[in-house]
Amino acid sequence: MTRSERLFLSGDEAVALAARDAGVALATGYPGTPSTEILEHFATLSGRAQWAPNEKVALEVAIGASFAGARAIVTMKHVGLNVAADPLFTVAYTGVHGALVVVSADDPGMWSSQNEQDNRRYAQAAGVPMFEPSDSQDAYDYTLAAIEVSERWRVPVLLRMTTRVCHAKSVVRPAANPPSAPAPGFVRDIKSRVMIPAYARPAHRRLREKLAAIAGWNEASGPAVEIAGDTDTGIITSGISYMHVREAAPEASVLKIGMTYPLPVERIRRFAAGVKRLVAIEEGDPYLVEALRTAGIAVEGRPEMYRFGEMNVARVRRILKGDTSPEPKPAAGKPPQLCPGCPHRNVFTSLRNLDCIVSGDIGCYSLGVLPPFEAMDSLVCMGAAIGVGLGMRHTLPPGQARRVVSVIGDSTFVHSGITGLVEMIYNPPPSGHVVLILDNGTTAMTGMQEHPGTGRDLGHHKTGRVVFEDLVRALGVQLVDVIDPSADQQAFQNLVKQRLDSGQLAVIIARRNCLLAAGKIKQYEKCEASHE
Amino acid sequence: MSKVINIIIAGLGGQGVVRASDILAGAAFRAGYDVKKSEIHGMSQRGGSVASDVRFGDAVFSPMVPPGEADYLVVFDAGQVEANRPQLRPGGRLIAPDSIDERQLVNRRCLNIGLLGVLSAHLEIGEEIWLEALSASFPEKLLQSNLQAFRLGREADRKENS
Repeated sequence: MTRSERLFLSGDEAVALAARDAGVALATGYPGTPSTEILEHFATLSGRAQWAPNEKVALEVAIGASFAGARAIVTMKHVGLNVAADPLFTVAYTGVHGALVVVSADDPGMWSSQNEQDNRRYAQAAGVPMFEPSDSQDAYDYTLAAIEVSERWRVPVLLRMTTRVCHAKSVVRPAANPPSAPAPGFVRDIKSRVMIPAYARPAHRRLREKLAAIAGWNEASGPAVEIAGDTDTGIITSGISYMHVREAAPEASVLKIGMTYPLPVERIRRFAAGVKRLVAIEEGDPYLVEALRTAGIAVEGRPEMYRFGEMNVARVRRILKGDTSPEPKPAAGKPPQLCPGCPHRNVFTSLRNLDCIVSGDIGCYSLGVLPPFEAMDSLVCMGAAIGVGLGMRHTLPPGQARRVVSVIGDSTFVHSGITGLVEMIYNPPPSGHVVLILDNGTTAMTGMQEHPGTGRDLGHHKTGRVVFEDLVRALGVQLVDVIDPSADQQAFQNLVKQRLDSGQLAVIIARRNCLLAAGKIKQYEKCEASHE
Repeated sequence: MSKVINIIIAGLGGQGVVRASDILAGAAFRAGYDVKKSEIHGMSQRGGSVASDVRFGDAVFSPMVPPGEADYLVVFDAGQVEANRPQLRPGGRLIAPDSIDERQLVNRRCLNIGLLGVLSAHLEIGEEIWLEALSASFPEKLLQSNLQAFRLGREADRKENS
């Protein structure tokens, strides 16, 4: 590949390319919009990419790779970092050996998510340096910078992206000389990596010293961009908001911060001193505003109404004018729906007919909440269907408790439903419980990714398979059925009714391949058969 | 600095909105422009409304076309025209699904590329570049029907203008 080339890439693709160019030895993660394409693209570039059962395991695998001296990257959507938060907070203490880059893809506006949490808070809370790219070129450059910072100071680094950076495409010129990767090899370092209290106490102090040193680097040579414009208005910003700012206020002075934790506070103070009015334009939480005010820098934040949803050019114009009048509502489009012929349709028809109380979960089948089904009563987070269903069973009056059903998809079940079933065995409700695993043979919602239940790896090649019915029986569930929900709706409904009436612990695996994935799954299976 | 050209392509999940905007952005990129393209994946794919923004010129900042600033609005589904019309600037051009005669398409699934052909007649991007961008996007067995659709659209508009 010639290094003078000009490419047109999404932010996700740019991260993957940078990881490949920097010799990242292992890329892992769990699918989640808008992060999914990073690993898929890394695999097409011949990188070693693999799906983990969930984000916590993914981060742990990446930590192991880093301890082994290899460069590793781990990708997830914003809510995935909640799952991976436990290892994140402590790997900040242990530090790393090979570079460890954690990509958090946030979803302001909740285009495909259950909340719009702002993961910049995680950088501060865990003490993990963070970069925020504004476009695909930044995504490429900051991935390389994150790798360098990670290895120079032996810390994990967050690359915090958002939907419009991950999925927007723009022009990228790759680096001429990406940093070459170290060779893996085990180096014993017990006091750094074994976090018993006696070793963790000094590790925390080391982390704070590293962060102070990194702040100094960020002040002197961090990736900030300063546009010298009109001194009446200065705007401090980061991430995608920078692009909206440049378009909405081409005349303004602008300071874009590329590394937003730890912040280059003195650099910001100098910028602030040179302008009459300083405004922070940011999506989500008032992260910059709070940090600047804590540092004693007078800054105007955006009115609270702009905290909700994405930033855009029109909003920047309004903020600069101090306009808090109601925003025009975008025209309502046609909402998404379960595909015609989707196997989930018969499931939700049955649950509606049986007047079940449905504890739902995250995936395509979340659409069971919309008309004509309206057969979902709760949806909280990955895997919550089972725990929430059990909690309702324990406390509702018996007549209602007997109607409670937990509904969870195949990939979601692997992600964090298994521990819910363990809870069901250990603390069984008096009325029993019914769990439906909707096994459509793929992680459909995020674009047909494989998972441990399919028995195929990220590249769709055969690997070990977790057989749900075997697993569920081994856990001690009394009644286990496997049924094709598309074959006969009434038969499916009858089975659910019988299991509800049994008063026992039951798992029904509704198995039928996703219509959109079925053709490809057949091809993969044919391919496997020809290799056997 | 030349003005940034703002285009929105809209339709329903499965109509090829993202494919068409990829080809458009790819053509503008090949023509040497700065280009940005943005759309929403995920939930919106399941038969719901899909819209993709493509912007090109000397320098493009935001990847999203601000409301009411689209120079061109290309819509694949008649039912989606009104919902998207406010995106168009005053004097901007709507390319609705009836801009071409669907019956003349060899393959009706190529409507997206036919309408892209209509759009292409308005843009300063050479025909060879369009053909390169199309060839890069389709396997051989689908290329011919898409090229037919593209030419049908490109000429439909010329006839209308002459």
